[in-house]
Amino acid sequence: MSLIKEIDFGTPESKSSKLVTLTIDGQTVTVPEGTSIMRAAMEVGTEIPKLCATDSIKAFGSCRLCVIEVDGRNGTPASCTTPVAPGIAVHTQTPRLKAIRRGVMELYISDHPLDCLTCAANGDCELQDMAGAVGLRDVRYGYDGVNHVFARNNGSANFNWMPKDESNPYFTYDPSKCIVCNRCVRACEEVQGTFALTISGRGFGSRVAAGMDEAFMESECVSCGACVQACPTATLTEKSVIEIGQPEHSEITTCAYCGVGCTFKAEMRGEEVVRMVPWKDGKANHGHSCIKGRFAYGYALHRERILNPMIRDSILEPWRVVSWEEAIGFTARRFKEIQDKYGKKSVGVITSSRCTNEESYLVQKLARAGFGNNNTDTCARVCHSPTGYGLNQAFGTSAGTQDFDSVDDSDVIVVIGANPTDAHPVFGSRMKKRLREGAKLIVIDPRRIDLVRSPHIKADYHLALKPGANVAVVTAMAHVIVTEGLANEAYVRERCDWDEYQDWASFVAEERNSPEATEKLTGVPAAELRAAARLYATGGNAAIYYGLGVTEHSQGSTTVMGIANLAMATGNLGRRGVGVNPLRGQNNVQGSCDMGSFPHELPGYQHISGEKARAAFEAEWGVTLDPEPGLRINNMFDAAVDGTFKGLYVQGEDILQSDPDTKHVSAGLAAMELIVVQDLFLVETANYAHVFLPGASFLEKDGTFTNAERRVQLVRKVMSPKNGYGDWEITQLIANAMGLNWTYTHPSQIMDEIARTTPSFRGVSFDKLAEEGSVQWPCNDENPHGVPIMHINGFSRGKGKFVITEYVPTDEKTGPRFPLLLTTGRILSQYNVGAQTRRTENSNWHPEDVLEIHPHDAENRGVKDGDWVRVQSRAGDASLRARITDRVAPGVVYTTFHHPVTQANVITTDNSDWATNCPEYKVTAVQVSPSNGPTEWQQKYQELSEASRRIAGAIDAAE
Amino acid sequence: MSSHSSVDTLVKMANQIGDFFGSQKSVDRTAGIVDHIQKFWDPRMRANIIDHVAHGGAGLNPLVLEAIHRLAETTGAKASK
Ligand code: SF4
Ligand code: SF4
Ligand code: SF4
Ligand code: FES
Repeated sequence: MSLIKEIDFGTPESKSSKLVTLTIDGQTVTVPEGTSIMRAAMEVGTEIPKLCATDSIKAFGSCRLCVIEVDGRNGTPASCTTPVAPGIAVHTQTPRLKAIRRGVMELYISDHPLDCLTCAANGDCELQDMAGAVGLRDVRYGYDGVNHVFARNNGSANFNWMPKDESNPYFTYDPSKCIVCNRCVRACEEVQGTFALTISGRGFGSRVAAGMDEAFMESECVSCGACVQACPTATLTEKSVIEIGQPEHSEITTCAYCGVGCTFKAEMRGEEVVRMVPWKDGKANHGHSCIKGRFAYGYALHRERILNPMIRDSILEPWRVVSWEEAIGFTARRFKEIQDKYGKKSVGVITSSRCTNEESYLVQKLARAGFGNNNTDTCARVCHSPTGYGLNQAFGTSAGTQDFDSVDDSDVIVVIGANPTDAHPVFGSRMKKRLREGAKLIVIDPRRIDLVRSPHIKADYHLALKPGANVAVVTAMAHVIVTEGLANEAYVRERCDWDEYQDWASFVAEERNSPEATEKLTGVPAAELRAAARLYATGGNAAIYYGLGVTEHSQGSTTVMGIANLAMATGNLGRRGVGVNPLRGQNNVQGSCDMGSFPHELPGYQHISGEKARAAFEAEWGVTLDPEPGLRINNMFDAAVDGTFKGLYVQGEDILQSDPDTKHVSAGLAAMELIVVQDLFLVETANYAHVFLPGASFLEKDGTFTNAERRVQLVRKVMSPKNGYGDWEITQLIANAMGLNWTYTHPSQIMDEIARTTPSFRGVSFDKLAEEGSVQWPCNDENPHGVPIMHINGFSRGKGKFVITEYVPTDEKTGPRFPLLLTTGRILSQYNVGAQTRRTENSNWHPEDVLEIHPHDAENRGVKDGDWVRVQSRAGDASLRARITDRVAPGVVYTTFHHPVTQANVITTDNSDWATNCPEYKVTAVQVSPSNGPTEWQQKYQELSEASRRIAGAIDAAE
Repeated sequence: MSSHSSVDTLVKMANQIGDFFGSQKSVDRTAGIVDHIQKFWDPRMRANIIDHVAHGGAGLNPLVLEAIHRLAETTGAKASK
């Protein structure tokens, strides 16, 4: 594969449906009205020289290199800022234009270093290209005059010169090479929406500046890389390119971090990644990225990555490095022994939302076809299982209803319990763009997330509810909509079950569900809630985006159904700009659910009790399937403590750190006789493991991920697995050692099997994905290209179902012992349990988890900013540092759980969603008190994990 | 320290399910509970809660108690087939 170079059309696409025809250099061109002449020319393959224009941002017209002549018009307008007009005749190359361009280039070059041969951008520099394109042969001015190029001119200091800014770990800013084209500033504003860059100074003295003339690391820059991509010169350059050189080939692949599912060009030199550049044709990201996908791939080469299989008989022993053969043999033998001794159902598997669809599929297949039981679950249990249950009840499918692009048509955006700018950054940028264009914003969150107030964006309403009050707030919104006559009854009559609607409407209309009646309990001022509900119901296309702040509650499923009720009652479904949009956390949460990881569902959400679905898999697999649901993750731990569950195969998942109530999880793990962990690193769960199988990173295997919009995209292998095998191959080795006789030689064959057995994937294949870039399931005979927007002509289940959402307070109540409510979340630079991101330079942004606490609560407790505090709940306690901020309301504290030393989940409890057992991470009653440092548990845990990470022989070797 | 006797957990889970279906209108609430437990609980968990009800069903709300009785009947009917 050669290096993929996307075409740069110079200016963004025009969305107009009206067409205009003109001629460019005698060629007839027809383009949408509003297209620039530059873009129209590129459409027919004529590349007009340009420097300040690129098609990810609006035209600026500053460099004057792109001049053209138009018959009958005076002067030489810039083609990037001049729109097409019917019938005009454009000339792109005339003696006058040539002279102007040379003049422009001469000026640029006279203030630019001529060290092209040793420049990092050599071969990838638009300034170089343009000098070539305009035929620049000499520069008359020389460097004798004022310039930005040298630190000293003729022996004396040059105050126009500025040193390089190398503060960002991933890219450098070298002002001496800057041509002040403004592309970076505009990219930061228009694409990313952070507004971190400005041009300071004027005229010749003008320079790009981060923040208030700060170093990049000190500024608001979030290191998304948009400016680096936009920069036509070496001024902003990836450090990896400076170190390695220009790439020679590239492959399109998909980010393995979050549910946005950005696609990237992995730009390579041999098997070395030079850089990851977001792919312009990626339908989820359209050429944008965040710090994680763009820069934080270095963990794949981290020295702590384990590359050899290891086993041990007891977790008190150090690890023994063994051959793959021995490790696989040991695993298969031990699973069989346990099943012989304790029964078929005594073992199970956990699939990962970080692994590919094909890998999840194989792991659940191993349980169902190999172990002969349905004890399979996925970490999606602990985040979005209520989405699956709730949306399935309401609409008949667990699918989120929209694609990301739909947000461009939203007039009102409601964000509930989600923090898109941190957890789904690239989609967050899209959303911010729409908000800057004028869409209204309602944020429902206990904490003042960034969206509430950020540059050029202000939420119209921020309903800062108390943690745990989601159902009451959503129902109160419904109360307003119904009692004020704002419901779209015509829609409801046509699309939904009218009787159920009436039951529901009379329920929400009850006085006890009004904003006034629930104000005390929700903490949301009734007038604000009313205004927000009115806006949602009457403001045009209204879309709800929600995240873990909705699902991770004891009433998570109820809230999801409440959200679906709101959308149905207002008719906000089935077209662009509206919908119910779950923002899924990890990259393949959607996929791991789709792939039958849940104990009660075969791939494609087919219930295990269904004869027809079972028959399809029985025929394909040649086994008889157990028709009964198996154990969920938390049930597995309960059963382990009870002594009936003894063996577990965990692929790519750190349950000990990510699951709540750590003490219960570790008791469960400790009670098992065989734990097989397959991962890149000795993660926390591996402390309790008997077999460690080294996994492969997403760069080292083929497969597919499915993002939060149900978009299935290819992951491509760009280097050989350092551990020897892709994860799917490892599962196959275990299966075959247990006598299953699997013969896959490529993940595409696994996808073919999925397509054969799973109706919603019938039309999916690697070939189709390669051809179309991606498809959004359902993809079948009726929808061969997938379905971007669901429920256009009616719901999957027939009539939409209104469900009554009675508020039931959680058991986690504050009281004298635990007077504060702890809620948890994520931040941009770290990912989930942080096993990857902590092993990259991203840690410069988030070196530790901190506890956010309101000044009032801090003062009461004598806590100062930066102090160690102990957070105690009825489940356990942990210490971390306090950050005093009014982002959280009095009575609420907040932390992230990216770092294992914090062990934040020691504090979270075993409460869970009533329907799905999704744990209640978002509400824990706690007390906070000053402390001197880590708690006893944290210290003991630290010792335990050090002891259990010992590898026999390795210590000596290392010393 | 939280208690994790698995029966306590099951009782709590069953009551939570009961709270939800108990508030629905125009449906058979007991049937809703039975159906949910049948669809999502593994047979061991179902056997444990049935057993708990056979021993008095302490801690379970009346509606849930009724549902588990019905669950026991259907399970029994299936087993004897
Ligand atoms: S990296 Fe992103 S946030 Fe930082 S300055 Fe560049 S565009 Fe702005
Ligand atoms: S840093 Fe790059 S993109 Fe920004 S103004 Fe300078 S040359 Fe243009
Ligand atoms: S982490 Fe998410 S937003 Fe960032 S690059 Fe990866 S997929 Fe895109
Ligand atoms: S590209 Fe048109 S003025 Fe710079």
